[in-house]
Formats: sequence, structure tokens, C-alpha cells
Amino acid sequence: MIAPPKPDLVTVNIDGKEIAVPKGTNVIEAARLVGVDVPHYCYHPKLTVVGNCRMCLVEMGTPAFDPATKTPVMDPATGLQKINWIPRPQIGCGTNATPGLHIRTNTPLVKDCREGVMEFLLINHPLDCPICDQAGECKLQEQSTGYGRGYSRYIEQKNVKPKRTQLGPRVTLDDERCILCSRCIRFSKEVAKDDVLGFIDRGSHSTLTCYPGKQLANNYSLNTVDICPVGALTSTDFRFKMRVWFLKQTDGIDPESSAGANTVVWSREGVIYRITPRRNDEVNDTWMADSGRILYKEIAAPDRLTAVKVNGADSGLDIAVNAAVAIFKANAGGIAVVGSGRSTVEEQFLTRQLASALNASTQVVTRVGEGDSLLVTADRNPNLRGALVTGLVSHLPKPGSAQPGNVVLGGLESLGTAIDAGQVRVVVTVGEDLAAAGLNATQLAKVAIVALGTQANATTAAAKVVLPTLTVFEKSGTFVNQQFRIQKFAKAVPGVAGATDDLVVLAKLVAAAGAKAPAPDLGSIWAALAAAVPALATMTYANLPATGLLLDGRPWAAEPFVEGESLHFKPATT
Amino acid sequence: MPAPVQRRLIFEHIDEPGYTNDLACYQQHGGYAVLRQAVTRKPEELIDEVKKSGLRGRGGAGFPCGVKWGLVDRKSGKPIYLIVNADESEPGTFKDRSIIHQDPHQLIEGTMISCFANNVQQAYIYIRGEMPHGARILEKAIAEARAANLVGPNILGTGYSCEIYVHRGAGAYICGEETGLIESLEGKRANPRIKPPYFPAVLGLYQCPTIVNNVETLCHVKHIVAMGGEAYGKIGTPGNTGTRIFCVSGHVQRPGYYEFEAGRITLGQLVNEVCGGPLPGRTLKAVIPGGSSAKILRFGERFKGKRKVGVEMVDYDWGVEDVPMDFDSLAMIGTMGGSGGVIVMDDTVNMVEALANINAFYAHESCGQCTPCREGSLWMKRITTRMVLGQARTEDAALLKGVADQIPGRTICAFGEACSWPTQSFLAKFGDEFKGYAEAKKTAKPAEAAPLI
Repeated sequence: MIAPPKPDLVTVNIDGKEIAVPKGTNVIEAARLVGVDVPHYCYHPKLTVVGNCRMCLVEMGTPAFDPATKTPVMDPATGLQKINWIPRPQIGCGTNATPGLHIRTNTPLVKDCREGVMEFLLINHPLDCPICDQAGECKLQEQSTGYGRGYSRYIEQKNVKPKRTQLGPRVTLDDERCILCSRCIRFSKEVAKDDVLGFIDRGSHSTLTCYPGKQLANNYSLNTVDICPVGALTSTDFRFKMRVWFLKQTDGIDPESSAGANTVVWSREGVIYRITPRRNDEVNDTWMADSGRILYKEIAAPDRLTAVKVNGADSGLDIAVNAAVAIFKANAGGIAVVGSGRSTVEEQFLTRQLASALNASTQVVTRVGEGDSLLVTADRNPNLRGALVTGLVSHLPKPGSAQPGNVVLGGLESLGTAIDAGQVRVVVTVGEDLAAAGLNATQLAKVAIVALGTQANATTAAAKVVLPTLTVFEKSGTFVNQQFRIQKFAKAVPGVAGATDDLVVLAKLVAAAGAKAPAPDLGSIWAALAAAVPALATMTYANLPATGLLLDGRPWAAEPFVEGESLHFKPATT
Repeated sequence: MPAPVQRRLIFEHIDEPGYTNDLACYQQHGGYAVLRQAVTRKPEELIDEVKKSGLRGRGGAGFPCGVKWGLVDRKSGKPIYLIVNADESEPGTFKDRSIIHQDPHQLIEGTMISCFANNVQQAYIYIRGEMPHGARILEKAIAEARAANLVGPNILGTGYSCEIYVHRGAGAYICGEETGLIESLEGKRANPRIKPPYFPAVLGLYQCPTIVNNVETLCHVKHIVAMGGEAYGKIGTPGNTGTRIFCVSGHVQRPGYYEFEAGRITLGQLVNEVCGGPLPGRTLKAVIPGGSSAKILRFGERFKGKRKVGVEMVDYDWGVEDVPMDFDSLAMIGTMGGSGGVIVMDDTVNMVEALANINAFYAHESCGQCTPCREGSLWMKRITTRMVLGQARTEDAALLKGVADQIPGRTICAFGEACSWPTQSFLAKFGDEFKGYAEAKKTAKPAEAAPLI
């Protein structure tokens, strides 16, 4: 028996296929659900509907009712209710599902409409695909192949418009390629709340431009490049660097804040070329901040750590681990572990095991900046909640207060006091810069430091043992974002020479400290995690869905989280 | 059959010697008596009168005014706005401008009655940017009316208040499209809105219910309320009630505006008798009956079919001259009554050049929102311009038709139709002229002729 549709569902018929969709779903989305592609340019699921590209024209009909009696009019030929087809084609994006709505996308009229729009879009388009960055991911290419006539009747001069306008520090515009869909304008106005884009001039001479004296400079400007269906808006950083079809796509998570925007990391032969957002309707919709797109540059940054060091001299991993253990043994009872909200859940779990093997205290570093109410939150740790879930710490330290334009690190006040008092003589830091987090030079000098990390800083310079590890782009793992949503990311590129996976380093330290360490692969660690952490009991890395799983954050509701409201997050009201 | 005599209702005082556009003169001629009487009646009654009158909008589409008012969302609790569409831009149309220049108080009175009937507290007159003089006249007239307590707070001591503001456009044909006008009035680009959901009657100006009526339509409201809807409905013909103003331009002896009972005069009577027929030594070739976007008619073609007269269906067999000038008859023969701009062309006109001129206008005025209209109008212009400039090809005729056929019915507003119908109809009626244009002997132009765009 088929259960009756829920009250808010309406049944629509698309090319003869019936489907129940939530009331108000538009025809493009409904058709997608039955596997029917309705081509479109201006429509974007996260922006308002303007219906100006006219590519999504479909035939629409509604069930016939007798005007007098309001009873359905039946069609004797089929025995079904008669459908009144509207003679004019209708836009799919602006047509919402109503009970019994009928849609045809495969008729001669629809075909003619699409061919007409495709031809019109291309007559003033430069057709410079061989030198266009959008080639390979261009809707004009795809849809002219799929729905165009394949030839042009246009012999007149094409429009001439500006070819390389700098709309802002990160976005370059080629106006001749623009098909005037207005997605970028709507994004800037509706999502980024920075209404700087607009059209000037009229008709086919309409030109996208910035408001005089302003720039498209907000931290979300590159989303306009992502949603531009053609090669008009290009990323100044990525422009002319690489053909997109050569690039490998890896799912990532933006590590710049606790929003945990889902990303795709585009790489070729171990080199990352760009990062773009990945749709997750519960987290970041289809957006991400510009600041998160350049983080891959830390992989090859000049300050990248690539050599294991013991007392400042180059060494080997096992020698360094042994050196660290020697330090631990000499100072038993005086060890502290500084974990990180930037480590993955798996790393935090091993950090906790290391701390318990060393009988060490644990703390995490807070990282507080200004939230932008969208996808860069006040908590700039991608995984602070992971530290709670894994039990690395049971409570969060009091966070520092945000200062305009600055990210403030903190949370090590009690550690500093313990160092001053001589209770702590060794500090193991997992990727955190103790100096930046508030320890002063005297305190750093008083302790022996074992530092894991990716970039050189005051802490690694002062450390007895330096163990280079990997950036998020070079390893796989999971983060727990501000919603307590556990999300996974995968290794996009191999680690640089000289750096070792954090898990391997931590497992070696745990084993050297005398405890039983899990094998440093995700499968084994997740088996141990699931056994040790009830909240993760049913999960494995492999079976986590691409859009993540929501954990129960209520046990930590009283913790001093700093985030305000963001795109899909509201702080718990106290 | 001789042409009927003019029935000047709206244009009663237009061009009348000694008639001035100030309040005193208007009141001497009985002005504002209808408003004084109307504000003592129930608003619903006034709406009923308009519904009974069968008045059809005079802006071009001929949509029944009473129905339009009936669609207004009166339950939303939001204010209702009334906008006077004075953006008269259709080439060949010059009726609203005459009303505004010579009899502005007639418009203000009609507007105030309509506002009272629809409980509107705020009305806007959106006047075309190219009519600064008209805007000044309106401003002055509204100030006069306000001083006389006919506009503004507590009019005529009734407790009813309504303000009228004049808003000047910035020079765009598309601002005459009602949703484009609303966008423009809100201070944005005049990109027409998608319908659904943005029907002005529900989500109009500032997302409030809004009535947009043409200048002439609102003047008719005054006369409907004065004489009663039923009496008004007896003027003209059933379904096309009232009078119609025809703006005749082009190759006739007496171009100008003429007001007749709707449907009582044929195109032939209008052109040949009222306007004196063709210039000496010329013959009529073509006529556009309702503004430049209406489909062109060729003198000599015949239209056959059945039409409804009363309850019966009767055969008709009309030449162009026999077509009654009303919305339905003109629609029946494949064109439209539109705004009443009758453009007459005689045998000296080369149709390719005429179309080149029309296409240049529409390409210039497309707002650029919808792909078919934006690109199609410019493409058609480029083809006809190239033809005129000497590089015509035989296949251009088919190409023009192919381009034009891809536009109408596929755009947000009716501009798609407006820009493609001329090309479609010119090709259908004068296709040979287009095919043979490359070889045709070009018309010698007088030295003072303006260049084609």
C-alpha cells in the first residue's frame, strides 16, 4: 500500500511522470527529482527568482474544472481529468507546484524555445572558449550542446564591451561574455548584503558594473565567480592557471572557522589550484568565504616546517620520538598537553590518549575573531567542539574577547600559572603556537617543548623537539562544527616531503609513552573512537554522509561558545 | 457610407479657442462638479458604475477597467496605490499629451474620482521624461486643485484625503509597461516584473496593491460617473464602449487626433474621409492601426471569417477600409487597437526602410532583461540596417522572420510582442519587397530627409 502523500505535498506530472513534491517547489527542482533536466541560467536555488534568461521555458497545464459546478472535467479518451494546456510557454523557475500541475519539457515548442534562447545568447557572446577559463564548466557550452541548434545564422558585428574590468581585488570581469543573468547582482544584494553590482545601459548593451567609487571587495566576492554560469566573472587568482578538466576534485571542509563550510579542493598532480564551495543546505548552502579559498597556500608557504628537529638540529622521526620520550620520562608528573581545535576529531582522540599515557593535563587554545553572521564565525577553530566530543577537554576555557580585525588566541592562562609555579616542566603542543596563545618568553624558556605543527613560529623555534605534520589539505579527517555536525574531508594532495601525518606522529608518541596505540589509519582509529566515545558509537569514517551528521550537543550547552548567529546557526538561548 | 461625426467626450475642449489649462477655466466649464457629486456617493457604487460601463483600458491592451479594479486586493490591510500611466511613448500616439497640456484638470478630476472609488490615499502620475512641459503643467494644476481643496487632506470637507504626486520618468519606453513603471517609480531600473507573482493588483508599488491606469482611461471614469455606467455603455458598440481617440499620422492630408464612438467608424472612413485621404498623386500602401507595435495592414488585402453580432455568428469579408476601429475587430484581423496611433504609409514608403526605423526604436528601448527580446530586437535592427545600407541578401527575409518568430510569447512583458510583431507582419504582408530589396531601385530621398538610424 502506498501511503497517502503528506498534507504539504502536491502531486505534479512532469513529462508523464508523477511525483509528489512539497507545495511551492518550482518546476526546475521538481523536474530534477524525476530526472528531467530543465536547462536554466538565471535561476539559482539559493537566490530570488527573476525569470529573465528564458531558458527554462516549459509547457504548463492545469486540470480542467467545470466553471459552473467546480467538478473535474474528464477526458473520455484517457479516462483521466482533462488538462488545460496554456498555449504560451511558461518559465520553470517561476512556476510553483500546485495540485495536478502538468509540465511538458519534450515538445516541439519547448525545443524551439530553447534553441531560440541559445541562439540569442550566443550571437553577442565572443565564443572564445579556447582561451576562456570557464571552458569545461560553462553552462553555455553544456546547454548549447544539449539544447542548441549547433549552428548560427548571425553575420552582423557583435557587441563590444569591456574585456577585463577589475570589479574588486579578487574578481575580474569580461563583460562581453556576460549573459546578463543577474545572479551576481542578486548574490551581492541578498546574501553578501553588499549591493555594489548593477547593470548600466540598456538592451543588449547592458553592462555589468560596480557602483561608482565602490568595489566588489567583500569577503564573499568569489561566490559571484562560482555562480556565474559563463566565463564573465573570473577569479583573478585562478584565471589562466589551469584547465578545469585536468583538476581532481576532493571534498573538503573550510578550516577557517567553526561554520565548517563544505568545499571542493581542485588539484592536479599534487598541486592545489583553487577551492570552491560544495552545496550543503544545512551548513553553507552553496557559498563560502573568500578567505577560506586561499588557505591552501600555506602548503607551500616559506614558513612551512619540513624537517624533524631535535634541539635545533635536523633529525629523523623515530630519533625525535625517542628524544621526546626521554624528556617525558625525566619530567614525569610535570607534563601538559596543549590540544587544538584545529586538529581533526581523530587527532584529538589520539591527543587525549597521549595525555592520559603521560598523565598530563590537557587544554585547548581558543581563537576568537569577529563573526560576519554568514560563514566566518567568531570561533575560528574548525573543531573546538570535537575536543569536547572526544573528551580531550571536559570544559572550554574562558574565551578572549574579539577585537576588530584581529583574531585573539587564548585559553592557556592556567597553564601559564602552572609553568610559573614550576608544576609544568614539559609542554606537548599539537599544532598550536604557545607564544601567540598567551605564554610569555620566560614561560616558554622554562619548559621543554615538544611541538607538532605545519608552520614555523616562536614555539617551534623554542622547541626541543619539532615534528612537522600535515595541513588539512594533505590529510583526511573529520571536524565537528558549531552545530555539532560532524563532517568529513579527504586528502586532496600528498603531504610535503619531511612532514608526517599527525596521526602517525601521535600514535608513535602514544606507543613510546608506553600505552597501547591504535594503528594510525582512519579505519582503526574510528573503531577505537566508536568504542570510546558513545556519541560516535555507530559511525565510521567511511559511512559518514558527505553532508555530515548532527551530534547531540546538549551535554555541552553550558560551555562558553562565542559564536553569534550565522547562515544556518542560531546560538542556543540561555 | 459617410463617416460619423466626431463625438468629443475627452477632447471636448482640446484646441478650443480661449480654453486654458487653469482651474478657473475648467470650473467655468463645469469642472469638478462630478468629483463634488462623487464624494457624496459610496465608493462601491462608483466601482459598479465603471464595471457597468464596460470601459476598456486605453493604454493599449484594452483590459476592462472595472475588472482591473475588481482584482485589487482590498483585504491585505496594505494601502492601495493608484498610478496614472502618463508614459505615453508608443510611436504614433499623442493623445495623453494633449490632455495633459490642454486639460490637466480633467485628468486630475478623473484620478481623484478613481482614488475615492478605490479608497486610495496616494496617487502618482508617472509622466514620460520627455514631457517636462507636461510635468510642469500637472504640478501647477495639482497645486491649484490642492488650494481649492480638491486634492490633498480632507477634500471638500468629506474627511477623505488623497495626495497626487507627479513623478517624471528618465526616458525609457519600457516605463510604460505597468510593472516596469512601478520598478522605475520605486527608483530602480524599469525591468518589468514576472507575473506571477507580481501582479500589480496584489503586489504592486512597494509590494502593495496598486492600480495602474492610462491617462485617457481615468478621464473616461469622470464621464462614466457623470452620466452613469449604463448610459456610457450605450456609447460606442457592445464590448467596445465609450469613445476612442485616434491619433492619425503619416501620409494623409489631415493628420491629427479625432475622437469617435468606439467601433462606429471604419479605418477607411477615418483615413479617407476624416483625414482627407492620401496626398495628391499618391496611393495608400499600408497602415498600422494601433501604434507602431501593432501589426501592419496592407491596403488591398482582404479578411474573411465569422464574427459575433449580438448572439449570431455572421460572415465578414472586409478590405482594410472596412474594418471597424475597435479592439475586437482589429484583433480579429490579426492586429490590435492598441493605443489608437494610426500610422498611414503611402506608395512612396519603402517597407524595408520603414521597418529599419521601427526596429531601431525597439532595439533601443528593450530593457535588456529577457534574452529573446534583448538579443532579438538588436539582431533584427542590425539586419534591417545592413539591408538599408546596401548589403541586403535574398535570405534576409527568411532570417528576419526566423528571428522574430523566436521572440513573442517568451518574454516577461509584452515588449517581446511589441518588438517582433512589426517584423513578422511586415514580412508577411510585404515579403517580396524584402526578398527583392537587394535588386530594388532605391527610393530617391529628398535632400532634407533625416538619415535612417
